Amino acid sequence: MDFIGAYSADNLKFLLDGLYITLIVAFVSIILSFVIGCIIGVIRYSEVPVLSPVMFYLVELIRNLPLLLIIFFIRFALPEVGIKLGLITAAIAALTIFEAAMIAEIVRGGLTSIDKGQIEAARSSGLSNFQTLWHIVLPQGLRRMVPPLVSQFISLLKDTSLAVVISLPELMHNANIVIGHSYGYAIPTLALVALIYFTVNFLLSMLSRRLENKTA
Amino acid sequence: MEFSILTNYFGLYMEGFYGTVLSSVLALIGSFLIGAVIAVFRITTVRALRWFGTAYVEFIRNIPLLLVVYIFYYGPSALGFTLDGFKAGTIGLAVYTSAFIAEAIRAGIMAVPKGQMEASRSSGLSYIQTMLHIILPQAIKLVIPPLGNQFINLIKNSSVLTLVAGLDLMYFADSISTETYRTFDTYIFVALFYLVLTLPLSYGVRVWERRLQRKY
Amino acid sequence: MKMSKSFKMLSVLMIAAMLVIAGCGNNNAKNNAGGNDAAAGAATDSEAIAKIKERGKLLVGVKYDTRLFGLKDPASGNVEGFDIDVSKAIAKKILGDENAIELKEVTSKTRIPMLNNGEIDMVVATMTITEERKKEVDFSDVYFQAGQSLLVKKGSPITGLDDVTKDTKILGSKGATSIKNIKEKVPGVTVLEFDNYQDAFSALKAGQGDALTTDDAILYGMASQDPGYEVVGEPFTDEPYGIAVQKGNTDVVKAVNDTLAELKTNGEYDAIYTKWIGKAPAK
Repeated sequence: MDFIGAYSADNLKFLLDGLYITLIVAFVSIILSFVIGCIIGVIRYSEVPVLSPVMFYLVELIRNLPLLLIIFFIRFALPEVGIKLGLITAAIAALTIFEAAMIAEIVRGGLTSIDKGQIEAARSSGLSNFQTLWHIVLPQGLRRMVPPLVSQFISLLKDTSLAVVISLPELMHNANIVIGHSYGYAIPTLALVALIYFTVNFLLSMLSRRLENKTA
Repeated sequence: MEFSILTNYFGLYMEGFYGTVLSSVLALIGSFLIGAVIAVFRITTVRALRWFGTAYVEFIRNIPLLLVVYIFYYGPSALGFTLDGFKAGTIGLAVYTSAFIAEAIRAGIMAVPKGQMEASRSSGLSYIQTMLHIILPQAIKLVIPPLGNQFINLIKNSSVLTLVAGLDLMYFADSISTETYRTFDTYIFVALFYLVLTLPLSYGVRVWERRLQRKY
Repeated sequence: MKMSKSFKMLSVLMIAAMLVIAGCGNNNAKNNAGGNDAAAGAATDSEAIAKIKERGKLLVGVKYDTRLFGLKDPASGNVEGFDIDVSKAIAKKILGDENAIELKEVTSKTRIPMLNNGEIDMVVATMTITEERKKEVDFSDVYFQAGQSLLVKKGSPITGLDDVTKDTKILGSKGATSIKNIKEKVPGVTVLEFDNYQDAFSALKAGQGDALTTDDAILYGMASQDPGYEVVGEPFTDEPYGIAVQKGNTDVVKAVNDTLAELKTNGEYDAIYTKWIGKAPAK
């Protein structure tokens, strides 16, 4: 084990370059998957004919496949049928599709948990379906969704590491390169990378706890 | 679509399928055992154990699975022995999943009303007896859906074995696609193999959840 | 009850979706293959070259993890090696500027898909010319002559191919010819494949296998990186490296071959070879 060599300025900078890609890809994917997941979740909750069942099957299909497969498939199989995405775009697309399916379930679950009596009361006091959803159901549902959503976002951030399979130069990929240069760096590098992931995710969950306290 | 890929390489697909199933089942057993112990740690009155349980769960949940697997893959050589890709991958999966299972079990135990513990204790049962005969049987019913979900995750997550040459479905898929040069077709079949495992499980979890909802 | 009905529906829908996708896949795969050939026939010369010139940049797929051929240096952030120098010479020939080049990371597993997706103009990545690959891509003339060999930890009982038995654990890289070769030379041998050579070498160092096999030139690069490892035995195959381009891009193949011929006559090839391999090429 060579801690001093592993933590040279060059290696640290190289790992931080990887972290930067990890954060960018995770950030964009979190935003996109949240928006798409909310839309699909609301569609599923609203029981729109045709559209809701179709969404159900799509979400089920994606949730039951490994993300690693989805990442590899989007990057290297879709081009065979004419859909060509660049490296970073493919990584973001795969993460977004997979996590949006997960988030859709969280959103639907959150909305369904709202007491039916409230909805009836709102409807009978003259609010439209959409108004009830927007003013009564969504605000309460969202509050309940915060904890599972945050753990999903943390999952997403961790899952970016699976993009090593398409050589995305994120944190794990760069760690592998550092380890490749000298095997004595393996354990020190993995330990440091674990610490980096832990710190980022821990900060994320702390942030969410503050958010929860504020909204509650 | 080249169905000949499936027939010509059926042996390799099955070998990978076997690896994926075996790794998932072993990791499920392992993660359940570790998870149960950690869950008990988290609810005991012994402060040191509680602290350890919390630290374990928080740390593991905030680092990527791939990193855990790499630690078991590269780490042992520093101690003078090795774990091959399949073993390191399966142990990594078990350790990673155990943190989530511990949380699921803990939540299940907490969901059983406190009054029951007090009532049983005052009617002369010991703490262990109460746990075994009163609390756990109820908790297990509640814990089955989240455990089922974790098993589905395990099957999907076992795909990381390919990154340490762990002889799973994704690993053999790579061998097949580099020979056929047909990434799309090869991986569609891989997806089907995963769905054969995960879809029935998802369905089972849903049915069980409905039954629970009807009861309470 | 409702559940089981929708589950049945799901199964039916999934199979339908698979068939549709399958159908599309089939058509498109055919179209692609046919399309490429057609493009080659109709567009023929200078179409691909014109595209490169219009872009003003040559997109080359190289390895990032192979010392001496294509290695990313964490310190400088640059990718360096024999393959990179050859790529630069080609960029100079086509575009008049050796820096009008963009390198993209490929592995043995990903280089053909990336080339056929049109993400890169050519693959210069320690790629052996084989009859099978010729069905997928077009190759330039041979630009490097390698041979498959074995890398082991110093003091290993393995001193050549003859010591490799069924019980030997061999490490290699997914999609490389060396995997197939060793399986043919030693039937029944255990081969573990990794996504790239770097992971394979890390695995060898972690004691996950007895020997790493690939082309000797790549192995010498690894041995120079870690003196605890050595290349043993004589090369047991011929691995002529070629530069791969999309099928039908004959104009690009011609430009590459012209560049290679020029480099050989003006002595630059020898200079690049000596710079990386440490000795002049055998005549």
